[in-house]
Amino acid sequence: MGKLRVLIVDDSSVMRKIVERSLRQAGLDLGEVLEAGNGAEALAEVNKGKFDLILSDINMPAMDGLEFLKNLAKVESAKGTPVVMITTEGSEARVVEALSVGAKGYIRKPFTPEQVKERVTPLLRGGQ
Amino acid sequence: MSSMLGRRAETQTQLDPHWKGILECAAIEVFGMMANAELRVPAEQPEQPQGEQTAMVGLAGALCGMITVRCRKEAAVKLATQMLGEDAKSNPSMVGDALGELCNMVAGNFKSKITSLADHCMMSVPTVIWGEDYVMQTVQPNSGFQFALEYEGFPVWFSLVTHT
Repeated sequence: MGKLRVLIVDDSSVMRKIVERSLRQAGLDLGEVLEAGNGAEALAEVNKGKFDLILSDINMPAMDGLEFLKNLAKVESAKGTPVVMITTEGSEARVVEALSVGAKGYIRKPFTPEQVKERVTPLLRGGQ
Repeated sequence: MSSMLGRRAETQTQLDPHWKGILECAAIEVFGMMANAELRVPAEQPEQPQGEQTAMVGLAGALCGMITVRCRKEAAVKLATQMLGEDAKSNPSMVGDALGELCNMVAGNFKSKITSLADHCMMSVPTVIWGEDYVMQTVQPNSGFQFALEYEGFPVWFSLVTHT
């Protein structure tokens, strides 16, 4: 498998940077890494091109992570793209809802690069 | 709205003295995992909170109040650099955002460790104050606690204030 094209969705620019750093520290072979500040921006990116992996926050303004997942399911070209939710939420209900509408896994903050690798690697084609 | 408030009143959680230890543990975990920063319990608690940077996150629902993190600018810059890289040194906005995100994660980690709060307490987005010359006044009656942990010789102050 070639370099991974990744989309990171979070309203916090700090968190987007931390997630990217964690992916790199975890040893994933990253290619283009794009960022979106909410679900609506993320959908716009998804409609422009295919990603190997999407990491998304749950709580965001404009369009939250759950709404993003529901809309993503309607995008033909995104079918099969694994989405992993990243959340501060203590709420199990929100995580369960995310999994029920298409998320393939979740990472709870705080997290280490090793934990990110553990959650993400099995979802990638070729299991990088 | 009124039904939400009614529901909140039914499930209001009172401040528990054990929460100080839980907040301390949440802070140590978050700073360690997300900023590679080791926080230690100081031999002696400093007397008064000091520091030019304060981040705060509001809580609503089963617990109404605020969690804050406060430290000196040097400590905030060091933390931000460890989280985001060298760019943060020359970018005050990144430093503020980093402290705000740390506060956000400490608050989230804290509430996830308390069953009665996990599903029933909402958090605001973080706010960051620059400067030392301020007084924070919260709605009375209130209660809470504060403590300092040490990060590379700098005190980092944490507080929880709840509206009772």
